[in-house]
Amino acid sequence: MSNISAPNSSLVLVQKAVKQLRLEASVRRIKVSQAAAELKTFCLQNAQKDPLLTGVPSSDNPFRPPKSCILL
Amino acid sequence: MGEMEELRKEMENLKDQITAARKTFQDSTLQEAAAGVTVVGRVQLKTRKTLRGHLAKIYAMHWGTDSTLCVSASQDGKLIVWDTITTNKVNAIPLKSSWVMTCAYAPSGNLVACGGLDNMCSIYNLKGKDGNVKVMRELAAHTGYLSCCRFLSDTEIITSSGDCTCVLWDIETGTQKTVFAGHQGDAMSLGVSPDFKYFISGACDFTAKLWDIREAECRQTFGGHESDINAIGFFPNGNAVITGSDDATCKLYDLRADQELLTYQDSSIMCGVTSLAPSKSGRLLLAGHDDFNVNIWDMLKAERVGVLAGHDNRVSCIGVSSDGMACCTGSWDSFLKIWN
Repeated sequence: MSNISAPNSSLVLVQKAVKQLRLEASVRRIKVSQAAAELKTFCLQNAQKDPLLTGVPSSDNPFRPPKSCILL
Repeated sequence: MGEMEELRKEMENLKDQITAARKTFQDSTLQEAAAGVTVVGRVQLKTRKTLRGHLAKIYAMHWGTDSTLCVSASQDGKLIVWDTITTNKVNAIPLKSSWVMTCAYAPSGNLVACGGLDNMCSIYNLKGKDGNVKVMRELAAHTGYLSCCRFLSDTEIITSSGDCTCVLWDIETGTQKTVFAGHQGDAMSLGVSPDFKYFISGACDFTAKLWDIREAECRQTFGGHESDINAIGFFPNGNAVITGSDDATCKLYDLRADQELLTYQDSSIMCGVTSLAPSKSGRLLLAGHDDFNVNIWDMLKAERVGVLAGHDNRVSCIGVSSDGMACCTGSWDSFLKIWN
């Protein structure tokens, strides 16, 4: 980055910052109650498909070799 | 001079506007919405595999999309691709620079990438004709260290850097497609949305930013953390963002409500968060800390429901496989562990 500051470089930076803030201010928002309800619903609806949450039986666990019974 | 004054005033006004707007949409809290939900029972995960082979601190790991292979990067100067079920090393790739800080696996499984203090992102082709893994591209343009990288496809990758920017690269030509500037501090981590349209970045300016990849702009900025954000990830449905910080807390921000919903903190946790990953349903948040542990949180109730204690040094990276079957942790103790 050049150290020679053009007369308006800090002005340009602040203009950019203002433009960015206008963009962020204009974002369309929804109510927290709706957002929170949907997050909760997603978690609950997908709970059964979450192995770390439900636990994995050894027979279905690819990281655990199934225990086999040897009949002597 | 007058114009500068006016612009600065407008900046302050806009910041106040954003704060006020967020408040008007804050008609409730996640605590209230989840009041009727019972806390998850104690989560006790066991180490199923230990991946041994690195000779120095592990800085990063990333699962392949097949939920079996993963890649890890260590400052022993190697990238290792592991079969996590057999614990075999599928590839051991020597790096030009051992100062690696990040690695990534392409969704296709064909490529891996890494980078660090060399300021570059190096792309390796795992499926070369003669079977040797070679550098395919060296993406150089960042003026600071490479902190994180994530593939969008075999032709595009996004990087975050200590030079405060994130960049979208065209891998074939090795050129920058888009530079995402805006952070006022080192960009430390990034995550890509499930639909590949957006990415989020966490930085040393204590903020997280949501970027529209094709429109090339920052859409939203989230503050609240009191120190550097080291880790960031999307909630599985893509509508929320989770951050982990040196301030020892994690936060959940909702993208559509444009605000923080919850903070995950405990007075007994005093060490910074280095890494994080949500479980498949999003209900569990696994966070790696400087104190060698991984804390497991019930994301809806903000209660700690488990701890993974198994490493002898800082947990530097963590990832949950795509099918949600296992969590992998990587540590400065040079080992990776697979848990479920």
